[in-house]
Amino acid sequence: MASDKVKLMGAWQSPYAMRARIALNIKSVEYEYEEEDLLGNKSDLLLKSNPVYKKVPVLIHADRPLPESLLILHYIDEVWASGPAILPSDPYDRAIARFWAAYVDDKWFLHLRASVLLEGEGAKSATEEIGEGLVLLEEAFTMCGKGHKFFGGERIGYLDIALGSFLGWIRVAEQRNNASLIHESKTPKLSQWAQRFCADVAVKDVMHPTDRLFEFAQVLAAKHKASREN
Amino acid sequence: MVTSNVKVLGAWPSPFVSRVRMALKVKSVDYELIEANPHEKTELLIKSNPVHKKIPVLFHGEKRICESLIIVQYIDEVWTDGPNILPSDPYDRAIARFWAAYIDEKWFPLFQLLRDAQGEERRAVVQKISEGLSLLEGAFVDCSKGKAFFGGNNVGYLDIALAGCVGWTRACDILLGAKFLDETKIPHLVGWVERLYSDSSVKDLMPDPHILIELYKKFRAMSEAASE
Repeated sequence: MASDKVKLMGAWQSPYAMRARIALNIKSVEYEYEEEDLLGNKSDLLLKSNPVYKKVPVLIHADRPLPESLLILHYIDEVWASGPAILPSDPYDRAIARFWAAYVDDKWFLHLRASVLLEGEGAKSATEEIGEGLVLLEEAFTMCGKGHKFFGGERIGYLDIALGSFLGWIRVAEQRNNASLIHESKTPKLSQWAQRFCADVAVKDVMHPTDRLFEFAQVLAAKHKASREN
Repeated sequence: MVTSNVKVLGAWPSPFVSRVRMALKVKSVDYELIEANPHEKTELLIKSNPVHKKIPVLFHGEKRICESLIIVQYIDEVWTDGPNILPSDPYDRAIARFWAAYIDEKWFPLFQLLRDAQGEERRAVVQKISEGLSLLEGAFVDCSKGKAFFGGNNVGYLDIALAGCVGWTRACDILLGAKFLDETKIPHLVGWVERLYSDSSVKDLMPDPHILIELYKKFRAMSEAASE
């Protein structure tokens, strides 16, 4: 029988790797963590474990690799079923949580990425789009949270993790663009939620240190600019 | 099992709508199909899916669910006394979800590029689609474990995810002479496609490639006339 060892390949800057770490923390799963250098060469293990996308995170459980953070969240929830639930229990609530997490990754993230990497008009319009998306997510919070502290209810869940993992990067976008994205005046519920999320015991040790992330963003933006000019 | 409070907002040529209808068929759930032209953003479509303004949308009583793969999972989780759509093992479920997401995020969007590409650019897109099919061939071998479908003996999540795209793949084979479904390169997938056309859950919901080609030609003619 394969060993039940759990290994996670991640990177400190990656919100996606953070998602997996939060989930493992929620379920109190011990795991070995391996850091990939996002600015260096991809490791052999990464290329072997995720040949299709060659990206972190990859969860390796009982020698079987699994990439893609949202899939990893589902997997962790289903395997360690006796721990606190990550997905809601009701099928409709699950569908809504999945819908908004997919929206965050497929639509909203593109604007966040642009607002961090670009300058001038491109960054400005991307920053506005982030804000509009957050207004939608503020409405979603009212619907999903049902008056509780988190999207998941009284405890953090799937959608909290999906969106909360971007809080560090949202702060970077705010700094780079001199903007205010999650703020009491525009998104009061998300503003309070963000504080609660970052303070959660499963999150606080893996949340991005903003200063370090800001420096990394500067490096990324410079690289992006150089590659566009060539 | 008869359920009359289920409606699908969609159009039969859409691979995404087909998925939802196949899942409902697997679970023997009766539903009403409300035809919606995806190219016309009607008030109903915008109201039903304000974020993406796309089909399909599933209505179940007062509930409204969007995004085909999310709808298929919802159907599997609600109608639990029908055959399972997702595999029961968590790792197998993860792999099925992985490849379904790959189809939607990386592979099927290539067909949109194919529409407008010419010459060298078209050849490059055709090549990428074929490479994706090779990956899916490997996925079939891994997931099916020697059985008829990705889901094993019966049609499952990944079968449903890909089956809806088969009509358009075949339409491209015919229209462009692309030879995507080449049994010398992807023998398992070609065999799987043939089996889909005999499977009771999906065979009547696989769009006919010849009708898709006619539809496509009409659509192109209308767009070109509109832009003049």
